[in-house]
Amino acid sequence: MSETRVNKKSMSLTDYAIRYGFVALLVGLVVYFSVAAEGFASPYSAVFIFQSVAITGILALGVTATLVVDGFDLSIGAVATSALMLSAYVMVVMEQSALVAVVACLLMGALVGLINGFLIVQMRVPDLLATLGMMFLLIGLQRIPTEGRSIATGMSLPDGSTAGGSFSPEFLALGRHRFDFFIDNLIPVSVVFLVVIAIGIWLFLEYTRYGRVMYAIGSNERAASLAGVPVKKYKIIAYMISGVLASVGGILLAARLGRGDIASGNNLLLDSVAAALIGFAVLGAAKPNAFGTAVGALFVGILLQGLTMMNAPYYTQDFVKGGVLVVALMFTFALSNRR
Amino acid sequence: MAGIPIKIRGLEKRFAANRVLRGVDLDIPAGKVTVLMGANGAGKSTLVKIICGLYAADAGQVELNGKPFAPTTPSEALQAGIVTVHQNINDGVVPDLDVASNLMLDWLANPKSAPVLNPRKIRRSAEEIAAKLGLNFDMNMMVSDLTLADRQLVAIARAMAHAPKLMILDEPTSSLSASEAERLFALVDKLREGGVAILYISHRMSDIRRVADRIVSMRDGTIVGQYETEPLDYEGAVNDMLGHTMTDVNIAVQAPGEKVLELENLQLKPESKPINLTAHRNEVIAITGLVGVGKTQLTEVLFGQLAPAGGTVTLKGKSYTPQSARDAINQGVFLCAKDRGTNGVVQDFDINRNITLPFLSSLSTLGFVRRRSEYRITNEAISKLGIVCQSANDDIGTLSGGNQQKVMVGRWLSHPSDVLILDEPFQGVDIAARRDIGAKLRETAKDRATIVLVAELDEALEIADRILVMAEFTIVGEHKNENVDVDLILEQVSGAAAPQDLQEQKEGAAR
Repeated sequence: MSETRVNKKSMSLTDYAIRYGFVALLVGLVVYFSVAAEGFASPYSAVFIFQSVAITGILALGVTATLVVDGFDLSIGAVATSALMLSAYVMVVMEQSALVAVVACLLMGALVGLINGFLIVQMRVPDLLATLGMMFLLIGLQRIPTEGRSIATGMSLPDGSTAGGSFSPEFLALGRHRFDFFIDNLIPVSVVFLVVIAIGIWLFLEYTRYGRVMYAIGSNERAASLAGVPVKKYKIIAYMISGVLASVGGILLAARLGRGDIASGNNLLLDSVAAALIGFAVLGAAKPNAFGTAVGALFVGILLQGLTMMNAPYYTQDFVKGGVLVVALMFTFALSNRR
Repeated sequence: MAGIPIKIRGLEKRFAANRVLRGVDLDIPAGKVTVLMGANGAGKSTLVKIICGLYAADAGQVELNGKPFAPTTPSEALQAGIVTVHQNINDGVVPDLDVASNLMLDWLANPKSAPVLNPRKIRRSAEEIAAKLGLNFDMNMMVSDLTLADRQLVAIARAMAHAPKLMILDEPTSSLSASEAERLFALVDKLREGGVAILYISHRMSDIRRVADRIVSMRDGTIVGQYETEPLDYEGAVNDMLGHTMTDVNIAVQAPGEKVLELENLQLKPESKPINLTAHRNEVIAITGLVGVGKTQLTEVLFGQLAPAGGTVTLKGKSYTPQSARDAINQGVFLCAKDRGTNGVVQDFDINRNITLPFLSSLSTLGFVRRRSEYRITNEAISKLGIVCQSANDDIGTLSGGNQQKVMVGRWLSHPSDVLILDEPFQGVDIAARRDIGAKLRETAKDRATIVLVAELDEALEIADRILVMAEFTIVGEHKNENVDVDLILEQVSGAAAPQDLQEQKEGAAR
């Protein structure tokens, strides 16, 4: 990460605080919970944390792509729940295979991203408003085919018949299979997805010209355009990445739940946006980045798992997350904008 | 209200190492229009900002009616009777309010005003304000529905409600049409009769001829010329402002090579006169002219940002109609845009990433950037242009203005081009960096046509084989850069010389 390099001579205490403050906090948290909460420092606990952040982490990586081009995508949560409902509908009601369901969800995510990008780039709707509108639209849309009910095998359909299909085992494996890793049945598929996607997005943003150009757009759109960058195309691609990753998150969620639950996924948007924004503070990057986003997601997961194991009540969770987010944003903007 | 309400003595201001004002002495008499001329960076806006309370001076003082005056906020200056109408018209009005509310905005903003609005009373007061200036507005109209000129008049009328002693108009006609500008001038005439001291900042010679009672030229942070005897010496003022103190750079004019770019009857605006221009390889052309005469529009046409109103462009024998910057770059036309902060520099990037940005596709394999190739190019640019830095990974923001500009120029020199256009490449650049950039441009000019657009004549003389003069969106003069008739150029710049037969002039230059 060459862009986070800080000149050695000018490293003051604040520079250290900006750069390593968040990592130190993360390490401190792990040490504290390991001591204070019994069973925290175990492989199973670690895997549980990973699993709990896998879906939000994947969504957060998508948001990161839009943040890089100085955009924002509020529709990711709705895209994920739409993918959840769509995959259930395709398999349970339309009685199609797992592959069809997955492809349908990915296409849906890409299409939503395309429409978001079109609204923002071509119709000049501000990004927050365009994706907020899309969020409402999708939340409404996913309820229409089933008249607002959740989807499960054997449910009765609007036309009076009964849904005959079911979630195929291959599909469910996406959410429930665990790979052996030193210990049998340790690593869930969703965690593998998270790691692969995180590395992929990181390589894409840091080492390919596409990522480089996206950062240029985010920093100075006009300069990028005058350097010959097709700005509109890249912005649309960013929203498509976000849409596709959100649908991947939705697929994993569907596979874990095994039914098209209309009420799940409420927290996805806030959690993933928080992870991406916390990512700004990691290593003093002060800009959206894949590594930071992954660490941000992990940070929230560790915090919540630790608190749960210390018997903090569930209803304090959102408050804690909000607090972390505010502190992280303070780290990022108040301290590092002094440059 | 006769006399001299504003006296400025020994005013100094510096930003870091940059001395923007170096002892300004200026009187602004009542009942007269004092036109302030100066190139970009001469210190005009800093001077205005000190008078209207945005900046504090480092030394010297401003006297208002014989008393020292050092406002610390714009509203303090306003209370004292100093009113500024800014270049950006929408800074002076609130588009989403009606005319009456806009005229009464200062009353609305005053914490001492009544908390409950009486619409009828507000309207009546607003009408009084407008009537004083002989303006007739529909008070219920939204300002956003007015033309730019009317908005400008609303802003001025509102300012007039303060019974100003000094009114500063900062390039007030820059977005107005000729007939709209005439309405503004009529208002300026009225203010002058009313005994207001007016400081009018402009580059437009036609405006200046219309309104000026006195002309003050500013250059490098000092007043270098004052003209107040009729008839006003416009060329002298332009001369002072551009300050063509002969430079010690010797240009060995090169023989032009093969024809690369040809403009035929190109019109930048539907009503502007056509431009004809041929650029050759191994030739550096400087196009000079005041701000707002169409230089930037010309670059935009050549770089696919603006469709011309008429005429054709031919590149390497083929018709050239770029649709985007990318299109232009792919066809071998590069533009180093002016105002690097907005149009060139990517602040979040280091030197390396700034330099290679336009050329990433040729520097990557399967989308992955080849680090070694890009650093080779960057390090070459750093050493060729003498960019002062610790490494190619320095953040661009840590460099001085001159070095940032070198990075921008280095970017466009790092790959071969057929036509390289540089719009104000010496903007905000110190003399040493300017010489470096100029020398490097000439040194590398062999295989391309180079077109440099500069407002300052100095810079044109320092770099060009051929100097073209632009005024009123067309080319009005052409000079080979050998024993140049500087007075003729200045006449052409200031629009005094009738556009001459260019062919004849070219022969004259060749003699």
